[in-house]
Amino acid sequence: MINIWEVNETNKMIEQENLDVRTITLGISLLDCIDSDLKVLNENIYNKITRVSADLVETGAEIERKYGIPIVNKRISVTPIALVGQAACKTPEDFVTIAKTLDQAAKAVGVNFIGGYSALVSKGMTKGDEDLIRSIPQALSETERVCSSINVGSTKTGIDMDAVKLMGEIVLKTAELTREEDSLGCAKLVIFCNAPDDNPFMAGAFHGVTEADAIINVGVSGPGVVKKALERVRGEDFETLCETIKRTAFKITRVGQLVAQEASRKMKIPFGIIDLSLAPTPAVGDSVAGILEEIGLEYAGAPGTTAALALLNDQVKKGGIMASSYVGGLSGAFIPVSEDQGMIDAVEAGALTLEKLEAMTCVCSVGLDMIAIPGDVPASTISGIIADEMAIGMINQKTTAVRLIPVIGKQVGEVVEFGGLLGHAPIMPVNKYGCEAFISRSGRIPAPVHSFKN
Amino acid sequence: MEKKAERTIITVVGKDTVGIIAKVCTYLAENSINVLDISQTIVQDFFNMMMIVDMKKASKPFYQCAEELEQAGKEIGVAIKCQREEIFNKMHRI
Repeated sequence: MINIWEVNETNKMIEQENLDVRTITLGISLLDCIDSDLKVLNENIYNKITRVSADLVETGAEIERKYGIPIVNKRISVTPIALVGQAACKTPEDFVTIAKTLDQAAKAVGVNFIGGYSALVSKGMTKGDEDLIRSIPQALSETERVCSSINVGSTKTGIDMDAVKLMGEIVLKTAELTREEDSLGCAKLVIFCNAPDDNPFMAGAFHGVTEADAIINVGVSGPGVVKKALERVRGEDFETLCETIKRTAFKITRVGQLVAQEASRKMKIPFGIIDLSLAPTPAVGDSVAGILEEIGLEYAGAPGTTAALALLNDQVKKGGIMASSYVGGLSGAFIPVSEDQGMIDAVEAGALTLEKLEAMTCVCSVGLDMIAIPGDVPASTISGIIADEMAIGMINQKTTAVRLIPVIGKQVGEVVEFGGLLGHAPIMPVNKYGCEAFISRSGRIPAPVHSFKN
Repeated sequence: MEKKAERTIITVVGKDTVGIIAKVCTYLAENSINVLDISQTIVQDFFNMMMIVDMKKASKPFYQCAEELEQAGKEIGVAIKCQREEIFNKMHRI
């Protein structure tokens, strides 16, 4: 039988160490909504989303009360809209109407984000894909809750450099259209390599075409819990360190598994996966950088950071995999800058640079995330940063992503405030040398060989 | 078929004072909630109690009991929390 110490441990994690379930994300296929008439298509989309997810928010609240565990976000992901909309949309503006429908549906059911304003163009773009991509700046500036993601490369196909070039321009244009809100639109736009079909985390969530009609995916969190557990083994050897992370990750993931199964049962929608991610928030003590410091670094970004992060990421997976039968999504430690107070401190102290962050993304999930850069950086430089990150994903057979925020009108040294879960970020310097000629070559980078691993 | 047990963990944490257990148990008795186990300690003057109860015959729904107990706790200056047992079993048992 459960004893008082175990009960106290769980409740302490929830009350003092920020343990929560970060998101229940309901994936909904919109493939059966496709119609060549734009009006009918929009109606179909609105009706399907509001019908399938009618009970989502209430179910989440009910589970919260039952187990006393906060479920921070309830969200929806849908089939990439480029696929759903191509038959009806002839222009980028046509696609924007779908973004607005998604936004309305999200508001109607009370979710805070809806993901899937996406295109999968890892090898090439159709006209519809390109129209959707070109519609992103307007779509993100005229909606509130819609999130967009574009997959521009994969290990199997290589990298579509035409799409990479275009995305550099699109990121900058999105920044310009949302300059009144410190270019916040870019926080809702992710560029992927090897994007997973079942990611529950925004802004990169979409419901892949390999998925069932509707599915429940759950993202857990808990950097604060790992940090506290590590405080108790300060100074001990690596074996103890790893063991402690694994045990903690196991416990965190089990809570996610329970919530996922319960939500699945209540909504009569199959359970998909648990995403074992350490997702930080700006709250004090809920930081992945804080864990790295506890492992023994003065600041995140100091020499040793990549090794410490690799260790952390691997142990989180090892502990989490034991706790759930179905693990998927992005599973790993997130290292967003603006959403993690320890990362912000590290940048402000001069310990953490864009280049070190890039190195860190080689060993963890997911990529260059929520990084504010000056708004006057050329589009080709943004494309260059994207291409670098995509190459890391392609060669290492892992998911990588870029979510950069060129803040229009701000310079290095200034701070941008996004508010809420998105936090605040110091503007980081970008290498000032150009790559225009590289980015302007058209075509794609071929898929890599899968042998000769050097 | 008889309903399955609905085991719930009630935790009470706060400054020690006379009549905490009495207050909680009275509420449970009035609402047909059966106590299966009680353990209690005092840590640095703080009262810390855990009860395992079965709510299958409870006269009110779970959420209402949880709210009323929380309210009763506030009246005597302690925090009372009700959670279904599964979250603890999941976390601490393989």
